[in-house]
Amino acid sequence: MKLRVNGKEHEVAAPADMPLLWVLRDLLGLTGTKYGCGVGQCGACLVHVDGKPRRSCMTDVAAVAGKSVTTIEGLSADASHPVQRAWAELDVVQCGYCQSGQIMSAAALIAEKPQPSDADIDATLGRQICRCGTYQRVRAAVHRAAELNQEQKK
Amino acid sequence: MSILADPTRREFLKTAALSAAGLVIAFYVPPGRRFAQAAETTAPAAPPLPPANAFLRIGSDDTVTVVLAHSEMGQGIWTSLPMLIAEELDADWSTVRVEHAPAAPVYAHTAFGAQLTGGSTTTWSEFDRYRQVGATARLLLVQAAAQRLGVSPDACRTEQGAVIAGDKRLRFGELADDAAKLPMPATVALKDPADWRVIGRPTRRLDTPEKIDGRAVFGLDVRFDGLLTAVVARSPVFGGKVKSFDDSATKAVPGVRKVVQVPTGVAVVADHFWAAQQGREALKVDWDLGVGATLDSAAILADLRRLAGTDGKLAASAGDAPGTLAKSKQLVTAEYAVPYLAHAPMEPLNCTVRIGPDSCEIWTGTQAQTFEQMTAAAITGLKPEQVQIHTTFLGGGFGRRAVPSSDWVNEAVHVAKAAAAPVKTVWTREDDVRGGYYRPAFLHRVRVALGDDGLPAAWDHAMVGQSIMTGTPFEGSFAKTGVDPSSVEGVADSPYLKAIANHRVQLHDYRAPVPVLWWRSVGHSHTAFVMESMIDELARASGVDPVAYRRRLLADQPRHLGVLNLAAEKAGWGSPLPAGRARGVAVHESFGSYVAQVAEVSLANGRIRVHRVVCAIDCGIAVNPATIEAQMESGIAFGLGAALESAITFADGRVQQSNFDDYRVLRLPAMPQVEVHIVPSRERPGGVGEPGTPPIAPAVANAVAALTGQRLRELPLRPGA
Repeated sequence: MKLRVNGKEHEVAAPADMPLLWVLRDLLGLTGTKYGCGVGQCGACLVHVDGKPRRSCMTDVAAVAGKSVTTIEGLSADASHPVQRAWAELDVVQCGYCQSGQIMSAAALIAEKPQPSDADIDATLGRQICRCGTYQRVRAAVHRAAELNQEQKK
Repeated sequence: MSILADPTRREFLKTAALSAAGLVIAFYVPPGRRFAQAAETTAPAAPPLPPANAFLRIGSDDTVTVVLAHSEMGQGIWTSLPMLIAEELDADWSTVRVEHAPAAPVYAHTAFGAQLTGGSTTTWSEFDRYRQVGATARLLLVQAAAQRLGVSPDACRTEQGAVIAGDKRLRFGELADDAAKLPMPATVALKDPADWRVIGRPTRRLDTPEKIDGRAVFGLDVRFDGLLTAVVARSPVFGGKVKSFDDSATKAVPGVRKVVQVPTGVAVVADHFWAAQQGREALKVDWDLGVGATLDSAAILADLRRLAGTDGKLAASAGDAPGTLAKSKQLVTAEYAVPYLAHAPMEPLNCTVRIGPDSCEIWTGTQAQTFEQMTAAAITGLKPEQVQIHTTFLGGGFGRRAVPSSDWVNEAVHVAKAAAAPVKTVWTREDDVRGGYYRPAFLHRVRVALGDDGLPAAWDHAMVGQSIMTGTPFEGSFAKTGVDPSSVEGVADSPYLKAIANHRVQLHDYRAPVPVLWWRSVGHSHTAFVMESMIDELARASGVDPVAYRRRLLADQPRHLGVLNLAAEKAGWGSPLPAGRARGVAVHESFGSYVAQVAEVSLANGRIRVHRVVCAIDCGIAVNPATIEAQMESGIAFGLGAALESAITFADGRVQQSNFDDYRVLRLPAMPQVEVHIVPSRERPGGVGEPGTPPIAPAVANAVAALTGQRLRELPLRPGA
């Protein structure tokens, strides 16, 4: 089947029910998207499908055929997305393993709500797990990313 | 540089030959010097510096590559160790690159003698070695510049990656080749701390760029042509063995290549993870379960209680605790219990192995390269130096990736050997949660006699739990007493007990077929909860403010008092709070650092909400204050998750949890506002990766007691239960 990932067309030979996560990682070599739980609990595998957040571990690859998938590798060409800039500015990462999912979740949030409240952040980023406990900085960085996003638009 | 013919050096040179041309600095600090004075200005009389190790390369393109003898798992040493070198080298920070060292004796921990990252030891154990590497490189670069310019070395100074003499400026990259040819100095002088410009300056992480765009390579991300992926069907109870298996349905799954039996179970080897997992679901295994099949949490708790009432092994004793207790007019007694806990790092365990005729290559995120090397050598019949360990980034460690049995690496080597192919063995989250190596459950019984002054006149303490050291190579270290120091740390050496004339601590080593292991902060993860809760109980029983009570008992402990007073002040201890909120305090030393925390809590619908945590830390010299702040936030989040949510339980031998839906950990909405205050200090560095964890559970429990009057003595904390 044909997949469009980060603006590039791929032809993949995969069973229809193979999770998008493993197609991305094991067939396309896009390892920035992480496996953390496999059951939609931790959000490490979060990608965008047609701009909307999707947990790729729970998404059959057949369900995204013909749609546009964006992974952490395609969020920006040079880590210039406001969320990535905010993450660097606030030194958010620790072990880093969950951060692709955190960043993709945050990017989807500010795309939908340019000025997210703390409650909005709780409702969305609250579905991501980080065992290093970077949560305080994640929250601050989402707010900062929203600011950078507004500045960029001006 | 001289080349000597011992195997260590040959191994090192082989490694160096693979590296870019340039300066290689060798250095060695004997283990006995682990606590060398941090602030001294010159190197002490050390043995001659043998040209044996590779911690630093300077390329002709000016890049300064720091080789880390320790593993980066989030704790920030990817930045703080290079800072030590950059300080002495006067490097241009923008040219600093970092990589993990291969496994080799030269990278052995300066105190442990094996390559190991754990016990919050990296900063203090490398504080001299990495600074001296930087100073040695600087000395050689200056000598090379002086020779080239025909001036005295004294006429040269260094700044921002260059040697400067008069109006001449030579970049390190221009000097590296010449410097590498100079003889190694016998000693080097280190900077006066007053001249430090890098140490003590909050510095952003060097690994951020690759961790925000998906480039960072963790063990699970290792890929090369021909690499297969395996998942292993393991016994549903600890210690079970395969009787027989039927793989006919497994082999029909597209992508499955092989099914092989290994000591831990049956491995399904496939083209990719999904096929392997599908294949495992189709596999039928008949198990011989063994004694593990009766494991049951209620029975374990009953066992712990029974043992607590018997005589244990003496871990600490002074005066006559039982006699004083028998005569006491005011007794306070309490029983505390904590559960088994999984580490659950975000990256599930995995290990890639490629075995050749005379080599074995391993890619994994490990805290313990030497263990893995020895394990792989034993299984393959190779020599340890024929086993290469490629340390990737670790997607969290918390102790789970430093296992004396090398459980996951051992299994992966067996899988690759049996499959006769390069294989990445991957654990699912369920495998990880159910796979053992937990923080052991512990039960504490404490009896205290209060004197007329309200202070403890006698303290009798019994602890029961599994030893994490028994059955490991570390067992011999406490063979004489039978008391595993990692079980009793934080109690047997408590500063409170030092202030109590009559005290006794007994340990009962509980045996159970549950694999147990150090879990971030080890024994302190339960002992701080018990000691700091109990002290709070005594303060309340005596009608004394909990901070004031601690001050009285800790009068001779200036560093405990320093953080206690700082946290209390910054938290506004004693000032009014909104209705429905209360504060709790805890102070605890672990891994050479002193931490006090004040937690502000409320209750809503029977659930504890922690709003704010004020944290004061005295970790001696603060190498990177930014790292320390992050590690306090991290340690608090890790400990708070355990305090509020996490427990591993057993029924019919099975672990009852399986994934993050039932093994609950802290999530963002429950994260309090954490404020970190660092005590300025010139004491030698302590650890920061773990000391933030122990105080949070008691600080929260103490706040709940202040709020409701209910004393919660079990973790996770269940108010109203």
